[in-house]
Amino acid sequence: MQKSLHIDPNKCTGCLQCEMACSWEKYQSFTTAKSRLKVFSFHHEGRFVPYTCTQCDEAWCVIACPVDAIRLDPVTGAKIVLEPTCVGCKVCTIACPFGTINYVAQTGKVQKCDLCDGAPACAKACPTAAITYVDSDWTGLDKMRQWAGKTDTNPATV
Amino acid sequence: MAWTKNVLRVNLEAGTCTSEPLNLQWAQDYLGQRGLATKYFVSETDPKVDPFSPKNKLLFVTGPLTGTMAATGGRYSVITKGPLTGAIACSNSGGYFGAELKFAGWDLVIFEGASPKPVYLSITDGQAELLDAAHLWGKTVWETEEIIKKQHQDPQIRVASIGRAGENKVLYAGIVNDLHRAAGRSGVGAVMGSKNLKAVAVRGTRTDAYRLADPEAFFATTEAGKKVLAANGVTGQGLPTYGTQVLMNVINELGALPTRNHRDVQFEGAMAIGGEAMHEKRPTDGKANLVTNGACFGCTIACGRISRMDPGHFSVKDKPQYHGASGGVEYEAAWALGAANGVSDLEALTYANFLCNEDGFDPISFGATVGAAMELYDLGILTREQIGFELPFGSTEGMVKLAELTAKGEGFGKEIGLGSKRLCAKYGRPELSMTVKGQEFPAYDGRGLQGMGLAYATSNRGACHLRGYMVSPEVLGIPVKMEPQATEGKPAMLKAFQDLTAVVDSSGLCLFTTFAWGLSDIQPQIQAACEGDWSEERLLLVGERIWNMEREYNLAAGLTCKDDNLPPRLMKEAAKTGPQKGAVSKLDIMLPEYYQVRGWTKEGVPTADTRKRLGV
Repeated sequence: MQKSLHIDPNKCTGCLQCEMACSWEKYQSFTTAKSRLKVFSFHHEGRFVPYTCTQCDEAWCVIACPVDAIRLDPVTGAKIVLEPTCVGCKVCTIACPFGTINYVAQTGKVQKCDLCDGAPACAKACPTAAITYVDSDWTGLDKMRQWAGKTDTNPATV
Repeated sequence: MAWTKNVLRVNLEAGTCTSEPLNLQWAQDYLGQRGLATKYFVSETDPKVDPFSPKNKLLFVTGPLTGTMAATGGRYSVITKGPLTGAIACSNSGGYFGAELKFAGWDLVIFEGASPKPVYLSITDGQAELLDAAHLWGKTVWETEEIIKKQHQDPQIRVASIGRAGENKVLYAGIVNDLHRAAGRSGVGAVMGSKNLKAVAVRGTRTDAYRLADPEAFFATTEAGKKVLAANGVTGQGLPTYGTQVLMNVINELGALPTRNHRDVQFEGAMAIGGEAMHEKRPTDGKANLVTNGACFGCTIACGRISRMDPGHFSVKDKPQYHGASGGVEYEAAWALGAANGVSDLEALTYANFLCNEDGFDPISFGATVGAAMELYDLGILTREQIGFELPFGSTEGMVKLAELTAKGEGFGKEIGLGSKRLCAKYGRPELSMTVKGQEFPAYDGRGLQGMGLAYATSNRGACHLRGYMVSPEVLGIPVKMEPQATEGKPAMLKAFQDLTAVVDSSGLCLFTTFAWGLSDIQPQIQAACEGDWSEERLLLVGERIWNMEREYNLAAGLTCKDDNLPPRLMKEAAKTGPQKGAVSKLDIMLPEYYQVRGWTKEGVPTADTRKRLGV
């Protein structure tokens, strides 16, 4: 079964454990600036929103790459940057509609979420289950359950 | 090792920024953050220095666990000589600023001298420069952060700055980072203002800033620690749901909620301003004051309050800039802005709290000073003509008006900005100031909780709940239950709390973890991060060393055992109502014993043996 990252912003507190976990996974450092997932704070709305690559099926980044440096992992469905092939041209960063693939000056390559080989560190680190890793066919299950709970088939009994 | 080993020395007079290696022996002796920076501070400054003299220094410091995945590992501290107290000032803040400073590669930033014109420090990893802040002077904290981010075209910069309160040297001005987290107490922001330093802006992107001593052990122990926090009733449920405001009704029912400048110990309006009230839907707009809870960097507790005001409330009716969500009232702020002056309008408290964040002043000292002014007004010592408006106890409008005036130093706000001690002395009634060493009490009555009274009297930075939180044993039963009115065993318990707190404050962790964590939970996290052998015994010795170092500094600054005192009201006027009715502080019984367990003389001076044992 393929899985997807599922993000519920309502549960996020902005602690950035996910960003540290991401950075540790790839850099062995907690430097949040290196995270491939970002938590945005909309302070005046009182909202925190984690955001990262959704692993598009027909991925703009893959199509745009002139050197075929972004490949599909058939098991996880992740689009993975092959660093030795990447030439750092940044065309993918322009092509991605969501901004979730970015250049890293330190390496001269681009980076994006690769689902950590099927065990995403961000989801493991999240203390509030705002980020989970679930059946990719059923990312809507929680919302369905919430609405299902509001369904009343016998409204006459007031 | 978990230190970056780099110190940034900023000479504001010469306009220079230089890097120097961290004194690693001091890191081993004082751990980091509070302990380490205080060691630098006391070694480099004259204890008799005027807090506003360019010769006073201002230090920003992180801990070894700051910027790590240890739960709550994001704290930083600011150390200086405090203008409110004339004692050591050490204020601790969360938010994201501390971790960013660490990722930029700095354990410590030392500001010396004073700049001839307004400047701000801009740090990007290893590069640091002082930049002109003429366009920022006169701006609020909120405006300053926005302008700096726009100017540098970098929304990821973290900013710690002073508002107009710091610029105008309000004696309890704080330093605010990330819009609503603050190194709030003791006037560290006023010292920053005296140096013409408006802000510190940091961007940290280094992956080699520091190294964990044992990553595998670190993940094992920090994950175990997170489980303990999640399973604990206070850190797992009470704090995320109600914030520190979980305490309002508890402390009120216990009869230890100082009310109307400590005239009373219970507040009839407590229910309306507590944690539960923040969840209730307002009749006016159908929305609750609380929008959500928020975390500081790395924190899995998330006690922070994010509030939105009723846009129709009189205080913000025509001020759309306050209609969005921002940092809501914590317990201490709600108490000081509310119970301490008899105001029970939660929306007004939220507004005043927004102003404290926006312009950088401590809501505890501000609210308590307003309470003192209200008592002076009640006694006819202060008049409407002097203040400019009526100021009886319970005046919501008066409290709000003073919150608007104080940071700007306008009207009677200028006098409120002096703090309670100077205000009461100026009008000939020094005994009405509810302070220790010049700093206002926080939200627990020293008559109702005997241990807290002792904690206030002996705190090195003046009255403070964060130097030895005796509420834990006296109310919550952590680690053991002690009866509020008992004195037996409290001096020793307080010493243990003070020493442990000094360790936590020096580690990069938040003190609130200690509702759930004991030293045995904290020690392995420090051990895994830091090189060397960090046994529990050694850590407690470090804590005790820090406490005594601060004490020695205060003694050298001219403070004596006479300053380990409480206002006469707490010693003579008995609690009028509630379970602690009839109680006065028994400080006179506890203090000599406290000196004894500390290894101090009867005059409160560390003995030669104590000094030798601690290597101070």
